[in-house]
Amino acid sequence: MESIRPTSSSGPSPEGPLETADLAQLLKLSGRGDESAFARLYDAMAARVFGLALRVVRDPAQAEEVAQESFLEIWRSSGRFDPDRGSAVSWLLTIVHRRAVDRVRSAEASSRRDTTYHDTNQPVAHDATAEAAQASLEARRVRGALASLTDAQRQAIELAYFGGYTHTEVASMLELPVGTAKTRIRDGLIRLRDAMGVGSA
Amino acid sequence: MTEIHALSGAYAVDALDDIERAQFERHLAECAECRAEVASLRSTAALLAETTATTPPEALRERVLSDITTVRPLPPAVGKGAAPRRRFRLAPLAAAAAVIAAVAAGGIVIADPFGEDTSQIQPTAVDQVLQAKDAERYTNTIDGSEATLVRSPSLNKAVLVTKNMAPPPDGKVYELWLDHKQVGMVPAGLMAEGGEQEILLEGDAATALGAGITVEPAGGSEEPTLPPVTLFAFEQA
Repeated sequence: MESIRPTSSSGPSPEGPLETADLAQLLKLSGRGDESAFARLYDAMAARVFGLALRVVRDPAQAEEVAQESFLEIWRSSGRFDPDRGSAVSWLLTIVHRRAVDRVRSAEASSRRDTTYHDTNQPVAHDATAEAAQASLEARRVRGALASLTDAQRQAIELAYFGGYTHTEVASMLELPVGTAKTRIRDGLIRLRDAMGVGSA
Repeated sequence: MTEIHALSGAYAVDALDDIERAQFERHLAECAECRAEVASLRSTAALLAETTATTPPEALRERVLSDITTVRPLPPAVGKGAAPRRRFRLAPLAAAAAVIAAVAAGGIVIADPFGEDTSQIQPTAVDQVLQAKDAERYTNTIDGSEATLVRSPSLNKAVLVTKNMAPPPDGKVYELWLDHKQVGMVPAGLMAEGGEQEILLEGDAATALGAGITVEPAGGSEEPTLPPVTLFAFEQA
């Protein structure tokens, strides 16, 4: 994760891109109640937080709610971030992703579940909502690494991470034996991790 | 590689159902190898968000920065050591809570995806919770008595309000519990009498998945006795 650099975002921009260590520092300051530090954290992370929420829940209004709730949760628990146990970006986006997934799963009956795999699985690169990502060099690196996965691995990861589906649902959607999807998700993530040179922190 | 170990990837991308997640988190508490793998796979998954970055509406910034002025950051988890506070996790209770949570169409609030929740005792006026703007109310009826759990995520507090509650059996008390991710049921206070009560729960209500009431020997227990009198599953804040 050392290689991650925040993408640009709306609002007053921070004094240039923030390194991962800076984000950890901003979290620490936030934990002490420093609202201006949190504002800088927001500016560094807003596009990724909102974009992830939007990709999972799809509805812009709901994505805003998820992002807002996530930021509040991040603020509240910022003092409990432990840099020894993972990067700040990973910690933040784990909170966001969980909330987004909880949101779609609690709306299980919604029409979203009626759509087919092919309707819901537009390639990330063609996602019209992801315009801000185009400018990110990091995003291009990630896409390159994604291309190194097998189709089966990539589909399983995208359905799980962006679709918010459980591995059991993913197995059913991809017509795989139960138990196979979780292996593809894991194998794919490991391959992606190694391709991106991600450490454990 | 054991079967449970194979869930690390699905866990890292939140692709486990509630029951599997509870099982895997129990395993995580004991498997350093899995913890390291999950950390690295979460970092990897977070990279995927690079490809979907989308500028949010300007108004979101104002709302977020306005929100935080009303919420006090949690204290750091100190003095608990590196290991999570281990609690007996009551499988039937957890499973029941998970089912209720699903029915209640509620999400799960998490405060710290890397870590454990720790209890925090901070007496606050019951009325503050009852009158909080974000107060959530969960009412269960038990044999003619009524128990309402009122939770305010912004205050991180919950209050139990009972009506016409039967007194606990001789020599017993009611014990209140908060169900925490990776930790299980944590004692949240005692209620010695029935009737009309208003009890402030101890602990972090905002991050709890749910709450419960059990009957325990006088003085209370460290672990809940089955079956519970009633369970509450919290909705997403």
